[in-house]
Amino acid sequence: MTAPETVRPTRDGPRARPAWRVARLAADRRENARTRTLVLEVPGWPGHLPGQHVDVRLTAEDGYTATRSYSMSAPADGERVEITVQRVPDGEVSPYLTEDLPVGAEIEILGPVGGWFVWRPAPAPTLLIAGGAGIVPIMAMGRAWLGTGDRAQDGAGRDGAARGGAGAMRVIYSLRSPDLLCYRDDLDALAAAGAPVLYAYTRRPAPGGHRPAGRLTREEIVEHGFAADQGPACFVCGPTGFVEAVAAALIDLGHDPARVRTERFGPSGG
Amino acid sequence: MAAERPITDDRHLDGNALAGPLSMLFVPDIATSTGRCGSCGRGDLLARAPLYAQAPGQVLRCRHCGNVVLRLVSAPDMFWLDLPHGSGLAIPHTAPADVSRDVSRGS
Repeated sequence: MTAPETVRPTRDGPRARPAWRVARLAADRRENARTRTLVLEVPGWPGHLPGQHVDVRLTAEDGYTATRSYSMSAPADGERVEITVQRVPDGEVSPYLTEDLPVGAEIEILGPVGGWFVWRPAPAPTLLIAGGAGIVPIMAMGRAWLGTGDRAQDGAGRDGAARGGAGAMRVIYSLRSPDLLCYRDDLDALAAAGAPVLYAYTRRPAPGGHRPAGRLTREEIVEHGFAADQGPACFVCGPTGFVEAVAAALIDLGHDPARVRTERFGPSGG
Repeated sequence: MAAERPITDDRHLDGNALAGPLSMLFVPDIATSTGRCGSCGRGDLLARAPLYAQAPGQVLRCRHCGNVVLRLVSAPDMFWLDLPHGSGLAIPHTAPADVSRDVSRGS
């Protein structure tokens, strides 16, 4: 099942068609005890947009295959593709990717796919809200925002400052406990660059933190987000229940449903 | 007209997760196409429709009435695709996901 790599001309220029490609694990990073970032080298990779995902296919010696979707955690960088995988207990694919796949090994990936949950630099502000492992495509968007340069624009607020070509950005990251945090350094870099990050721990707060453990509240979304009349693009990614609750709160707060883009992941992963 | 059964459970994903397998069948980015429900007639982006992926196949339902809009089974030797009840797809010529635009890597 190998599709030829083709680039078709369209009105907006070439669009790379997703295709199955061989990816070699070039390096890895341990994000936390159950989460690993895989840095893949993919010859012929056509580039991607922040928020897009790939399908990963593993083939056993007997020909049995298993395919799972994983979001890319970093913007396009030549033939380098980064995905971050969180181990799902009793999962079929994720324990192999987080624990066993050795550097230098090859897997197959299909991508880039998904044209809906993608972030592009635009003058309007962006609110990113992640639940748990939903931080992965959110981080790709944050890293892309960092890459747009640091030319402050007129009208930037005291925080959530605009950057060249992109409006202000704010991030809300809901997770169970500090030991499950991913991308600490780059989230700190986002905050230092003017995109504040709210950490909403639901079960156990960070030592010395002022916020008691608990679910992200509507009031926190109001306080840390943008007002609906600022017309922000909102991206919400996480477990289905989290996404449902946050998206409903945003729409209830007056945000345009068409500006609230969501990506759910659920029990079928692993 | 089918009964109104809006999707309220937390077992579904988004149609966006179908973008990979459907890219094997369609040239444009199908997830940004609009699907019209054959049961209630309403349309919505495929990417936003609830997807049930824990079945042998993948089942996309209408966000408004809950009826099946699209089923896809990826077998080892072929794909099975059906759009039940006269469901339809409106597929734009130019997909919004234009990866030719340069989005540089974060510093």
